[in-house]
Amino acid sequence: MAEIVLTKVKKVYPGDVLAVRDIDLKINDKEFVVLVGPSGCGKSTILRMVAGLEEITAGTIEIENRVVNNIAPKNRDIAMVFQDYALYPHMTVRKNIAFGLKLRKYAREEIEKRVQEAGRILGISELLDRKPRALSGGQRQRVAVGRAIVRHPKAFLFDEPLSNLDARLRTEMRAELKRLHGRLQTTTIYVTHDQEEAMTLGDRIVVLKDGIIHQVGTPLEIYFQPVDRFVGGFVGTPPMNFLNGKLVAENGGVMFDEGTVKLVLPQNKHTAVEDMVGKDAVLGVRPETMHVADSAHSENIMPVHVDVSEPLGENTDLYVSTASNKSVVARVESHPGLEMGKDIKLAVDMEAAHVFEVGADAKNRTVEHSRFAS
Amino acid sequence: MANANDVAAAKTGAHIEARYSIGHLIVYITLVALALFFLLPFIWQVLTSFKTLLDTERTIWPSVWVPRNYLKVFEQIRFGRYFFNSIFVALWVTTLQVTTSSFAAFAFSRLKWPGRDKVFLLYLATMMIPPVVLMIPNFWIIMRLGLYNSYAGLIVPAAFSAFGTFLLRQFMMTIPSSLDEAATIDGATEWQVFTDIILPLARPGIIVLSIFTFMGNYRSFFWPLILIKDDALRTLPIGLMYFDSVYGQQINLLMAGSVMSIVPLVIVFVIFQRQIISGIQIGAVKG
Repeated sequence: MAEIVLTKVKKVYPGDVLAVRDIDLKINDKEFVVLVGPSGCGKSTILRMVAGLEEITAGTIEIENRVVNNIAPKNRDIAMVFQDYALYPHMTVRKNIAFGLKLRKYAREEIEKRVQEAGRILGISELLDRKPRALSGGQRQRVAVGRAIVRHPKAFLFDEPLSNLDARLRTEMRAELKRLHGRLQTTTIYVTHDQEEAMTLGDRIVVLKDGIIHQVGTPLEIYFQPVDRFVGGFVGTPPMNFLNGKLVAENGGVMFDEGTVKLVLPQNKHTAVEDMVGKDAVLGVRPETMHVADSAHSENIMPVHVDVSEPLGENTDLYVSTASNKSVVARVESHPGLEMGKDIKLAVDMEAAHVFEVGADAKNRTVEHSRFAS
Repeated sequence: MANANDVAAAKTGAHIEARYSIGHLIVYITLVALALFFLLPFIWQVLTSFKTLLDTERTIWPSVWVPRNYLKVFEQIRFGRYFFNSIFVALWVTTLQVTTSSFAAFAFSRLKWPGRDKVFLLYLATMMIPPVVLMIPNFWIIMRLGLYNSYAGLIVPAAFSAFGTFLLRQFMMTIPSSLDEAATIDGATEWQVFTDIILPLARPGIIVLSIFTFMGNYRSFFWPLILIKDDALRTLPIGLMYFDSVYGQQINLLMAGSVMSIVPLVIVFVIFQRQIISGIQIGAVKG
């Protein structure tokens, strides 16, 4: 079990390609941390630097209070599960799992005991004498995990381990990995580009873009308190809607003027946006914080035209156009009358809305005042 | 109307199918003709090996079948000795060349070191030099090393090969790098990655290189010709020259000896046919 600390870690590839920029990150003992971000954000590079597969250009990486910058991967006492599983094709499952133990000169009985134990935990006991090519994707995945757990390492590193599986198997394996972590309590760093996977698996999530950490937080913090527009847009399905407009002071309050509608900002957000009044701003609204307006709603109503309606069962995703012809997605409770081509009214829950500065990764000014804010 | 359309469609279909079959037929006939054409020298060789010396210049089909020609080969030259020498040298060359090539291929495909790819290009460039050009320098080096007229003189110069390195490197490049990385994390040294992971996975490539090297060396002619003086060290291609000397040509015995000498090659080819063909593809597709 170990704590992993990255201090000012930087990675520059030949040709001056800056992959990771001065990252500071502390992963606590027994914690499950997920690095998430779009392709090229540096998440895999960070993982590979922790594993020792990539050299560090600057900074330090510590595993259990020991700087490992110049320590070979095999001496870092970590285990890694690769995206393509990296099972040795010429070895049986048993030999694949036992390989690391054999190299570390464990006694034969101990190796067999641990292989059997891993097989039992992962439900692959009956597959031990098969070669990897005779296994399905899910089974290969289990063997790869088996190979990692059998050594009882200080930390597990997962590099997009579920991305080659189909959707159903992915959900199953996700739950299984979470159960496994609960059981083994080993410090884990998990890399994925799938924000849903990140949300469901991580104790904490690290959101990265262009080699920079944008936010570190629990899944709910990341979801309800995105620090900037990138995090807000990256986490959540369907993604957050961004409406361009202006903040205006009216009737003693602050309103977001979208051009065709005015939405009233709740009192508790006023101080945070005081200096933005009269300036351009972006309103972030999650699809599930919009509702079909009824008589109970008197303000923050937005008339829209339903372009596409996707019933999902209990909820329906509505792809609508506002009066200013802006495309917006809303996830509302399913009921009749939400068909394509209809004109309806949506009520926006402004308590849950975020006000961002203008720009691609602009700051969320209302993060302190979002739901779940501590 | 519908019926008329169906009939028309059926006719077009039949026409296409017929054309397809004729096309196929032409291809097959051409291929069979080509195959026979390439077989002709072998057929001639086998027929000649059963002829009397007189027949060799007169008929295609032997007027009298003389299987004793094969025994005569053993009586007139030390066929067994030459055969042993050829096999001995070819096996040694194959073993050494595959070993050195796999080491070099591993270094060129899996290890990271400065200038690696430039050195590899230099290595490849040596393949462009015609072997004849290297004959005299090689001969000089072997002389200076005191290996003239010895097995070692036949084996050492062929123990390293740019082609073998290239072939195995191309093969090893197809093995995913995550396997080495997984092994490294599992605790393997570079040597263990090589012996436990890469080498077993490169086995098809190694088999192909072994076959190519064995076949190439077994029938090697020019180098043994200039290097070997003693009769006891001669390899088969040189030994068979006895039947084609200034004192006369015994073409029937030469052919009988040649037929016997190609037997190991035929056996190797029959057993490893699949690997040989896939080996040709390594060069063609993956290269």
